[in-house]
Amino acid sequence: MLKPKVPLEKQKVMPVNGDEAVAYAVKQCLVDVVAAYPITPQTIIVERFSEFVANGEVKTQYVPVESEHSAMSACIGAAAAGARAFTSTSAQGLALMWENLYIASGLRLPIVMAVVNRALSAPINIHCDHSDAYGMRDSGWIQLFVENSQEAYDTTIQAFKIAEHPEVQLPVAVNLDGFFLSHTLENVYMLPDEEVRNFLGGYRKPVKTYIDYLNREVEYKLDPANPLSIGPLDLYDYYFEHKMPQVEAMRKASDVVREVNEEWRELTGRSYGDGVIDSYAVEDADVVAIVLGSSAGTMKYVASVMRQKGFKVGVVRLRMFRPFPFNEVRDLLKGVKAVGVMDRGLSFGSFGPLYLEVSTALYYSKERPLLVNYVYGLGGRDLSPAMAEEVFMDLTKVAELGEVKEYLKFIGVRS
Amino acid sequence: MKEEPRGWRELPIGAVTYKLSLEYKTGGWRTLKPVIDLSKCTRCMLCWLFCPDMAIVWNGRDVVVNYDYCKGCGICAHECPVKAINMVSEYS
Amino acid sequence: MCGAEEVSEVSSGNPQPEIGPIEYEYGKEHSLPLEFNLRKLAETRKPILLPGHRLCAGCGAAIVVKLIGYALRGPTVIANATGCVEVATTIFPYTSWAIPWIHVAFENAAAVASGIEAAYKALQETGRLPYKNIDVIALAGDGGTYDIGIQALSGMAERGHKVLYVLYDNEAYMNTGIQRSGGTPMFAWTTTSPVGSAIPGKTQPKKPIADIMVAHRIPYVATATAAHWADLFRKVRKGLEVNGPAFLHVLSSCNRGWRHGLETAVEISRRAVDTCYFPLWEYKLGEGYYLTDRSLQIARNPKLKQPIEKYLELQERFRHILRPEGKELLKQLQEYVDAVWQDLLSRAVNAPK
Repeated sequence: MLKPKVPLEKQKVMPVNGDEAVAYAVKQCLVDVVAAYPITPQTIIVERFSEFVANGEVKTQYVPVESEHSAMSACIGAAAAGARAFTSTSAQGLALMWENLYIASGLRLPIVMAVVNRALSAPINIHCDHSDAYGMRDSGWIQLFVENSQEAYDTTIQAFKIAEHPEVQLPVAVNLDGFFLSHTLENVYMLPDEEVRNFLGGYRKPVKTYIDYLNREVEYKLDPANPLSIGPLDLYDYYFEHKMPQVEAMRKASDVVREVNEEWRELTGRSYGDGVIDSYAVEDADVVAIVLGSSAGTMKYVASVMRQKGFKVGVVRLRMFRPFPFNEVRDLLKGVKAVGVMDRGLSFGSFGPLYLEVSTALYYSKERPLLVNYVYGLGGRDLSPAMAEEVFMDLTKVAELGEVKEYLKFIGVRS
Repeated sequence: MKEEPRGWRELPIGAVTYKLSLEYKTGGWRTLKPVIDLSKCTRCMLCWLFCPDMAIVWNGRDVVVNYDYCKGCGICAHECPVKAINMVSEYS
Repeated sequence: MCGAEEVSEVSSGNPQPEIGPIEYEYGKEHSLPLEFNLRKLAETRKPILLPGHRLCAGCGAAIVVKLIGYALRGPTVIANATGCVEVATTIFPYTSWAIPWIHVAFENAAAVASGIEAAYKALQETGRLPYKNIDVIALAGDGGTYDIGIQALSGMAERGHKVLYVLYDNEAYMNTGIQRSGGTPMFAWTTTSPVGSAIPGKTQPKKPIADIMVAHRIPYVATATAAHWADLFRKVRKGLEVNGPAFLHVLSSCNRGWRHGLETAVEISRRAVDTCYFPLWEYKLGEGYYLTDRSLQIARNPKLKQPIEKYLELQERFRHILRPEGKELLKQLQEYVDAVWQDLLSRAVNAPK
């Protein structure tokens, strides 16, 4: 194992919560414009960042917009002008900027957004679930989910590099669990400013594209030297063609997420699985739970306890939800008898979105594990170790039985 | 005016437009067309100024209609202070 | 009256430059003077709007955009809201814009412009902007301003971004087929405020958007029309020069939605001002309202004020109030216009007392 370029002694340990970790990451990333609107549990990100701005610690223009829709609009404008742009939101705010999410990815603007996952109304609930992130899964954004505040810091920095990669050029959402991560204190190792700057290659450099009427390649930005018209009207003769590059960029994105994860490991010594999937004790597992976000921590802890009791259980934490790593999931689950997909959100009238993706991944496998969907933790309902054990025991019974009686189960709800 | 519609690999990033509308001749829209009587024209330039389609052009000496783009709206004729412009049928 | 030979001997000049993209070189001083000599203007300026756009024949908005383009002072970027102008000028793969332009959505021209302005500020402060200044203009119709866009506009004004917001007001959601907006005048026919046997068109008066922007206490607010082009030039220039948000409310005729003859596009805005339906004024923070151009003339000589019929008679969207049955409505409309005019006179710093 090679020593990281920046050994731990050179990394500063800061006791911060998840939101602050994100704010500190943004501070170091040479971001030009931050346009955001406060919403619990994201508020600490914008508050901390405003302090940095007020103290002159960053040269970022902080735009205190009047709504989340305007936050994404301003980020789109800023990114189109050639700047590096960042925003952050949760639940209702994310829902409010919905149309602009599709616009940002359609215009291929590498905006980074920290989504502090919170349940969608109604009823209004400020606590953690993944319904907000699930709601944007079709929008063309790359979606990464972090397990702890250290990963929140690391991934926010990586997000800019992934987004701005010349073959990607897609916006990236970094998801961290509301309150569980955003508001709980953790020791986070932070790099020196210079290392982050070098990792990102300095300021953002827009990609180039060839424009016939200018007879040359120009940077894709609003530039009086090379006038471009960004955001035209497409009729039915071109819209479909314009969606294909987004498809291709998504395909490239999983390679880039893996590459960046590897580069980060060389720089800091830290990595998260292969960047796309983080697995624990899956190689010889009979029973596996798949989960997104901070609950993976609980699942892994309970799995280790159960392993000691002799149960062959494993946990797969998906770090990258979009683009969905179908092949990797399928290959990882080969030989597993029963798989429990844990969704902290639900598509009403159907299953949890993660379950739908996993079942698609497994559809063409000759030997498919038994698949059960466990919906848990809606509205911030905690996933306790007892509930985690319940899931593993249930899956074990399913594996013994050899068939699935109930496809969709709800964990931890009172009837 | 028409090239073959491009495939998606041949398009610039982010749906940025790559041709000027100069290639799209809107002159085919009109049913009336302006005819400028240069002997009456005082070169006040109001027709040039008000044409919504930039279809009246100043060549240094005269105002000239660019019939490639003129949509025949008649604003130039209506605004001309000396009635030097007449709208005549496109089909005469 | 000059004969052609005399004119061309005296003023034979240069042909206008070739119409096409306007490209500002890096690192050079770009400062265009305000030019009122139209021949000189033609010879030295390129239009920001290219022919071949698909706005209707006789579109007032096309003239408004063109005139604004002739008053710019250097590198400029436009953030355009969804609407007639946006849709008809950028049908892929064609564009009719000679300057950098972006369209995002319907209600956020002001928010997008705010983001661009902030970006240029950030680039400037980190030494990455190869220009001394880039002007940012947010361009939206009444659709994207009065109603769905008012939040973003208000936010932009409150935050003090240095952006000129230009409202081209054709008094309805024209691009989607002439539906009423907050800017539709009283008694006007639109498809969602049609003239029926029970209700005579839109019953609410026009939202006083420019006064709302004055109440935001931004440095500069003004009204303008295409017909009074010199006044428009001056106001665009002032809006760009002022150090903060500026708002320009421009009346933009629409022969489809107002049902008027194609050739009267400019004439109609002239009459809108002559009848005091759309007074021309400007507001400078710390000084107050000033009447300008024709409206100032009318204030000084009230005999010049035309009855509202002179404006309405050209437009079929008002024909129901010009009929005998509509006499009461016509009276109401005239009273409303007069009341607003009197209110403006009482506020204007340069109105004769």
